[in-house]
Amino acid sequence: MHISLGVNGQPVEADVEPRLLLVHYLRDLLRLTGTQIGCDTTTCGACTVLLDGMAVKSCGLFSVQAAGREITTVEGLAPHGHLNPVQEGFKECFALQCGFCTPGMVLASIALLTSNPDPTEDEIRWALSGNICRCTGYANIVRAVQWAADKMRATGPAPTGMGAILAANAAPGPSQGGSHGAQGAHGGRDGA
Amino acid sequence: MGAVMAPEAARKPGIGYSLPRREDDRFIRGQGTFVADVTAPRMAHMAVLRSPLARARIRSINAARAFTLPGVLVVITGELLARRNLAWMPTLSGDVQSVLAVDEVRFQGQEVACVVAEDPYTAHDALQLIEVDYEPLPALVDPTEALSPDAPLVRADKPDNRCYEWETGDLEATDHAFQEAAHVTTLDTYYPRCHPAPLECCACFADVDPDEGRARIYLTSQAPHAHRTILAQLMGLPEQQVQIISPDIGGAFGNKVPLYPGYVVTVVASFLLRRPVRWIEDRTGNLLSTGFARDYRMHGELALDAGGRMIGLRVRLLSDHGAFFADAQPSKFRAGLFHIVTGSYDIPVAHISATGVYTNKAPGGVAYRCSFRVTEASYLIERLVTTAAYELGIDPAELRRRNFILPDQFPYRSATGFSYDSGDYRAALDLALEKAGYEELRKEQEEGRRKGRLVGVGMSSFTEVAGAGPSKDYDLIGIKMFDSAELAIGPTGKAILKLGVQSQGQGHETTFAQIVAHELGISPADVIVHHGDTDNSPYGLGTFGSRSTPTGGAATAVVCRRLVDKAKKIAAYLMEVDDDDVAWEPGRFYLRSAEDREVTIQEAAAAAYTNPPDGMEPGLDAVSYYDPPQLTFPFGTYVAAVEVNPETGEWKVLKFVAVDDCGVRINPMIVDGQIMGGLTEGYAIAAMQRIDFDAQGASSGSNFEDYLVPTAWETPRFELHEMVTPCPHHPLGAKGVGESPTVGSPAAFVNAVVDALVHLGVRNIDMPLTSDKVWEAIEDSRPRKAAG
Repeated sequence: MHISLGVNGQPVEADVEPRLLLVHYLRDLLRLTGTQIGCDTTTCGACTVLLDGMAVKSCGLFSVQAAGREITTVEGLAPHGHLNPVQEGFKECFALQCGFCTPGMVLASIALLTSNPDPTEDEIRWALSGNICRCTGYANIVRAVQWAADKMRATGPAPTGMGAILAANAAPGPSQGGSHGAQGAHGGRDGA
Repeated sequence: MGAVMAPEAARKPGIGYSLPRREDDRFIRGQGTFVADVTAPRMAHMAVLRSPLARARIRSINAARAFTLPGVLVVITGELLARRNLAWMPTLSGDVQSVLAVDEVRFQGQEVACVVAEDPYTAHDALQLIEVDYEPLPALVDPTEALSPDAPLVRADKPDNRCYEWETGDLEATDHAFQEAAHVTTLDTYYPRCHPAPLECCACFADVDPDEGRARIYLTSQAPHAHRTILAQLMGLPEQQVQIISPDIGGAFGNKVPLYPGYVVTVVASFLLRRPVRWIEDRTGNLLSTGFARDYRMHGELALDAGGRMIGLRVRLLSDHGAFFADAQPSKFRAGLFHIVTGSYDIPVAHISATGVYTNKAPGGVAYRCSFRVTEASYLIERLVTTAAYELGIDPAELRRRNFILPDQFPYRSATGFSYDSGDYRAALDLALEKAGYEELRKEQEEGRRKGRLVGVGMSSFTEVAGAGPSKDYDLIGIKMFDSAELAIGPTGKAILKLGVQSQGQGHETTFAQIVAHELGISPADVIVHHGDTDNSPYGLGTFGSRSTPTGGAATAVVCRRLVDKAKKIAAYLMEVDDDDVAWEPGRFYLRSAEDREVTIQEAAAAAYTNPPDGMEPGLDAVSYYDPPQLTFPFGTYVAAVEVNPETGEWKVLKFVAVDDCGVRINPMIVDGQIMGGLTEGYAIAAMQRIDFDAQGASSGSNFEDYLVPTAWETPRFELHEMVTPCPHHPLGAKGVGESPTVGSPAAFVNAVVDALVHLGVRNIDMPLTSDKVWEAIEDSRPRKAAG
């Protein structure tokens, strides 16, 4: 089937098998590998992406169901190095260890803060209860979301998708992060 | 070396500083590289066909229909592997394991065949078209029946279903102590089979060039060098031609220590097809077939004298290892480090005997976030001590205090032969009780009981054992359990550190840079850490059993000090003085007689390349292989307060206080993160993580809908406190921390729930404490109404 949709603010088109899961479309065809797969039962949330701003598990949707919609993956959150406040919060509060659940957690948190800019701890825990983390014990993830909520209330919500790119292009000065070589230790690992 | 760092030094940037992790930046952007993210042109995809039955004879396998699907490249069966002598592989525990079943399947989920296809969907479609004719056989599920003469035989090569018999301690002296005892407390408990279930399942990417004999293999591996050696031997490839890359790993917790059939077949497939092949395990495969943990039936007896002093401990263990002995623990002791069962207590004599059996279940017994049976041992003694307190009418805290090993008894030789390095158990208990508000909690409990509220307080004063291990007793496939660090300081004074240990979320790229920074007096930003790639790191045994800091951390400190020794000669040469006239403090060499005359470490490094002294070999690099003189003994006390709903058996944690002493903390933020995560897994084991098997050997927990792991909603809040008793034999005073919380906390939760019900006569509920089991315990305790 032929589909066209938006991914991280860019229009994309593809011919796909009707049964192709959205997560496989993103990972295997678009090579957006930040979105992970941790279970077979839509339980773990590692594959969480935003569908028109709503957090969805991309292993529970066919790619054809995303036709005509806008998808945001973790790769769309920090165009030109400007971290989303939730990404900043995760870094600030040490809300990750192995990093496998992190993209899904970040996107689920963004969806929460979009609909509820000032959540209580219980509201955060409930909103993230579809996302499993095996490393952190969640306490720092909750703090990270609170940190981001505080920052976003002070500065306004961060745009995602196309909006993020427009905002980044409009922002003056050098990018805020991502310029140093923290990735160096694992650099060059692509199997190609 | 040998000098333990002074406390003031601990506060300088370097060790003791909560440096933000340099790993985080790539992960929050989705730029990590996990094995499933690795791809290559012409890559093919593999899927695994698993047995639906726990025990059956394979009459035939017909894969002809699979080839009718366009895109199917090869179907690999046990028969095909057997022709190349690859149908069986060695385990890390000296047994063998079926790669793909040839004659018989021995557990549900066992690997039977693999399909490799152009895309993963086709590979999975083709699995459905493989016809396997099974003749079902009765399965051996209950380990207590394994040794009976009429039990089904799991393995023809193991004629009595017996995996091992093992014992330690002094049986005669222990029996004598029990004859002298004023009181004996007995506990029979089952530490249930559970699964580490890291969020990332196992995966392998193999790119084998048969002409060159070269294999590049990405593996979800906690022990890449050991896996290289085994794979090279198994596949008949020269070891120097095999590169194992363990890239970013999405959690492991012991699950990624064993070698798995999926890895072997992926490599074979790549060899056969002359193409890169990738296999990504699904969650069901992970939960059904990869390294299970625990599954220990424990009988413990504690002998006490009239004054409540422990005088002897006797333990009998029955361990269910599933169909293949693949627990991958590196000691010469079949029950791992279960010696630690005497715990924090001065018990003069003890005896442990263990029987391991085979059953028709997936291979089990891996160390799930613990150093090889330490979790089970710690659980048993902490449950026994608490039970004894109830029987003697002594407060559980008081009974512990009466029996602790005291600080002046260290080094302490335990009745099972372990040499504890250091500890202050009473201080940890007192701090935890104070922070928890123990007296108030007991009052709340008392008042609650009058109103029908069930409040319980439980504690666990655990002693952990980590850092395997001294070469005398610890090896993996014969390779001693040392670990390594290779350090090169370049002409500009920047350092490259390569490690034999490997991170699965522990943050080694940060903490090991801090160790180098601390030792050399340079910025952590000037240190890059490489690990996980066998072509780019010295041989090591990997990261498990909380061993990275005790072994790799020590190796890092030692190699730094070696380079400082060499740099000192260079500094003396530059200052034109004798070596003995030069002193070192991190960052600079200075003249003893004129302290402002100095050569910085960067200047010395530059001179090592540009102006070395006559006769000195140029360059500034070295490698250290550190064989730890002893194990390390982290300890602490955890206190849990819970409330049980008397109507439903549900329980919630009101308060949890953790006091951990893991010696010197390299990065306190990361240490706290490890503790937080470990407590969550301890809670999970105590509260929900259960995998049962029915009479046919079918698993009840093959996905995350059935095997419950805690989310943010269920996870309790934890309050953390620290003590620091430096390890006397570690160059940095560190002991390791990743597993203390998982080792120590399950007993605290169970002790708390039992404590809430103890006045009803409840003495034990086996984990996980699901609401139905707790409710049943309450119901059973109610006085029975007279019939009629």
